[in-house]
Amino acid sequence: MKIPAFTLPAPLARLGAHLPQLPPTLALVGGLNLALDRVLPRDTLEPLTGKRLLLKVTDAGMALRFTLTPRGFRPLFDGRAPDLTISATTRDYLALALREEDPDTLFFSRRLLMEGETDLGLLVKNTLDAVDWDSLGTQLARFRLPLPTGLHTPAGGH
Amino acid sequence: MTSPRPIELVCPAGSLPALKTAIDHGADCVYLGFKDATNARNFSGLNFDDKAMAEGVRYAHDRGRKVLLTLNTYPQTDNWQRWTGAVDRAAAFGIDAVILADPGLMAYARKAHPGLRLHLSVQGSATSYDAINFYHEHFGISRAVLPRVLSLAQVEQVIANTPVEIEVFGFGGLCVMVEGRCALSAYATGESPNCDGACSPGKHVRWEQTPKGMETRLNGILIDRFADGERAGYPTLCKGRFEVNDETYYAIEEPTSLNTLELLPELARIGVRAIKIEGRQRSPAYVSQVTQVWRAAIDRVLAGPAEPFRVEPAWMAELNKVSEGQSHTLGAYYRPWK
Ligand code: SF4
Repeated sequence: MKIPAFTLPAPLARLGAHLPQLPPTLALVGGLNLALDRVLPRDTLEPLTGKRLLLKVTDAGMALRFTLTPRGFRPLFDGRAPDLTISATTRDYLALALREEDPDTLFFSRRLLMEGETDLGLLVKNTLDAVDWDSLGTQLARFRLPLPTGLHTPAGGH
Repeated sequence: MTSPRPIELVCPAGSLPALKTAIDHGADCVYLGFKDATNARNFSGLNFDDKAMAEGVRYAHDRGRKVLLTLNTYPQTDNWQRWTGAVDRAAAFGIDAVILADPGLMAYARKAHPGLRLHLSVQGSATSYDAINFYHEHFGISRAVLPRVLSLAQVEQVIANTPVEIEVFGFGGLCVMVEGRCALSAYATGESPNCDGACSPGKHVRWEQTPKGMETRLNGILIDRFADGERAGYPTLCKGRFEVNDETYYAIEEPTSLNTLELLPELARIGVRAIKIEGRQRSPAYVSQVTQVWRAAIDRVLAGPAEPFRVEPAWMAELNKVSEGQSHTLGAYYRPWK
């Protein structure tokens, strides 16, 4: 599968910014917590503990704030300055999740921005890259991870 | 005309999925590193722990491909054991060759594991056949990776005068210093790429979107500012824009990627044994895209005169897409003024 180029219309971003950010944040945090230990190694991600993370979905006007605690990922409710901010559009996040785009490629073409503690960003990127979906495919099916279906197809299957 | 000799495609793997992707798309060899400063891509979360290493080697060997281990940083007296330990682990994992830069480590590998094949890293900076033959005579080096500073004619001359196989860089990020001798990153951050394994380590890098554009800082030093829509490069000092005599420009090097696709028939003719693709820091998506293009191109060259070589526009488009900076270059290989 190849994701076509698209950007959500600008009015949606303006609208999105006024909608409660909690539901999408809870969905994200819920997904991450399902993945933690099963797919994402907790010891590798340890440096994220207590760090304030902000994921901006620019074309949807969404700003998802969360952190990692010893009990897993948790949403954050205040607007204090994040330690790491990652910004991209819906389409590019999807392409990254499906491994159709390389983050450095998106960075060179200015479609992905990483602000704050770069090392945390590298850790996140490299930890996600190291997830071996091929051998996890069968295990994942049992947990019904809320991830795009393309993730379950073997690499090179598109 | 002599017929082209077989050329190996050597692809980067910063993770197990990248390794599998490279193999699935036709890499003859993958190169990778352990998760520490023993290799020159020592970034958070990157590289192989023991479990991934064992599986990666098995995956490659099951499919008749080779795994090369980069051990190309320079140990110091207080951490010597970590590097020799890495050589021992490589041998135990059944790695096909270790890529070394430090002569002391070569001597150790030769003695402790006489059966282990040794490659001379680009970080060793050997640019003449005399230097390469020295490594061959003293440490039994089987292959040397040439620094990206030689012209094609110079590469040809090296090959003609050494029994050592020659590997050259075909694609990827460029490093302007005679490889392995750069002090720029160490000057700004206090950490040396050659000893600590990373140029511009993540903890010193900061990007920030400002009203003037996106700013890149290395340990607080402003190294570039990109206008909206302007293509960006890696946060390395060599590719920063600096004020020199009242003019602000890329005073050392423009962010650009090496791309020698069009030289492939020449590289084959002069007897280059392997083409290396840069980018262990990149994701599996990059490895997949670049490996496919280079596999197709090398296969076309190896097909011989029956199928004349020509660079497909689609190949170039794919490679330009993943490249750093505005453009690509033939680097030092093409120097008409030489
Ligand atoms: S600063 Fe540039 S030339 Fe120096 S090691 Fe880094 S990439 Fe290479």
